[in-house]
Amino acid sequence: MNKVLKSAEQAVAMIPDGARIMCGGFGLCGLPENLIRALHGRGTRNLTIISNNPGVDDFGVGMLVRTKQVAHFIGSYVGENKEFERQAIAGEIKYTLVPQGTFAERMRAAGAGIGGFFTPTGYGTMIAEGKETRVIDGRNYVLEMPLHADFAFVKAYKGDSKGNLIYRKTARNFNPVMATAAKVTFAEVEEIVEPGELDPDAIVTPGIFVTHVLKGAYYEKRIERRTVRQLQAV
Amino acid sequence: MDKRERIVRRIAQELHDGDYVNLGIGMPTLVANYVPPGVDITLHSENGMLGVGPYPLESEIDPDIVNAGKEIVTELRGTSYCSSADSFAMVRGGHIDMTVLGALEVDEAGNLANWMVPGKMMKGMGGAMDLVAGAKRVIIAMEHTTRDGGHKILKKCSLPLTGTNVVHMIVTELAVIDVTPKGLVLREMASDTTVDAVKKATGATLLMEEEPARF
Repeated sequence: MNKVLKSAEQAVAMIPDGARIMCGGFGLCGLPENLIRALHGRGTRNLTIISNNPGVDDFGVGMLVRTKQVAHFIGSYVGENKEFERQAIAGEIKYTLVPQGTFAERMRAAGAGIGGFFTPTGYGTMIAEGKETRVIDGRNYVLEMPLHADFAFVKAYKGDSKGNLIYRKTARNFNPVMATAAKVTFAEVEEIVEPGELDPDAIVTPGIFVTHVLKGAYYEKRIERRTVRQLQAV
Repeated sequence: MDKRERIVRRIAQELHDGDYVNLGIGMPTLVANYVPPGVDITLHSENGMLGVGPYPLESEIDPDIVNAGKEIVTELRGTSYCSSADSFAMVRGGHIDMTVLGALEVDEAGNLANWMVPGKMMKGMGGAMDLVAGAKRVIIAMEHTTRDGGHKILKKCSLPLTGTNVVHMIVTELAVIDVTPKGLVLREMASDTTVDAVKKATGATLLMEEEPARF
């Protein structure tokens, strides 16, 4: 078994118009940027993109927004992208907001075969409107349903040909949970290694969740907020 | 001392040694600069980091380490990383001792509105709804009134809610207010204000159990 693809282009060639795609990353950190770039290049349209944020105007999921490839966006925060805002106000893009923890847990439920779950998040707010609620041990909960996708774009640090993945620092974020929740998961990595090179105890995403692995051709790893401190005199 | 510094300095006094704390984006983040000596806290960032360090030196920048505000940060000895799903298990599961967040409105029942204004584009709640639902203690850091003097502490919130009955304490540049089952209790006042001035700036009933302390 060898799950390695030659390129991101080979991966996105499998994706039809109208697909539902999960896209890992928090802001611009831990983004599957090669897969996004390839999907942008291919021009696949009418997509539903499930990602915490729609990137910025010219990077990340924002690249797909700018070219009007995204029909529906599902995430928790859309405030960093002016073109997204323009399209949203003009009614050119549909978007659905989900509390970030509920967003993660809905994908976890989808990947773990859970038919729904009760969460305290959003009880009594507009997020809970029309949803079943229940009092459990004196506390109010809202029923949330699993969130599935056709494809997941996952960014990991290293992967082997069996699809085992490790991540690096906060670039992990939504990637492991998205890997479990789609019918087909593409993992792009900075380095492909031989089976046995990753410490089995350190593997975060076991290969069973990964359909294909590819090495990203190029990582820009753009920084959204370059916050630095200065050396202090002592 | 500016208003914000006064607010975050006072909130820092609420930290206990060993606390796991989530600080919201903006003013709440500044609380980390005033942790009292001898108090060792661990900062949680909902994008999957426990043990958030300071901003990096230019030479230390690593694009793979960001906080929930998408700012570049550093790791500390003992930092751990996890997925967003595990990070929110910490939040909803009641493992976070305290969260500090900003607010547009807070009311007598501890309801909080801080994520959207009708008529403006909805930008999203991010992790705020999960944090207020799950953290053991929710402290609001905000200026007492709006820029044009309008009330933010109200009998009942008018904006769409982030959570119901979730706020434990409100700290402003004028006052420290506890949200109790009886209502809002004025615990402390800034050294340069009066009870009347605080009442005037507040759109809700303020209760006093004893003479408010000064801060």
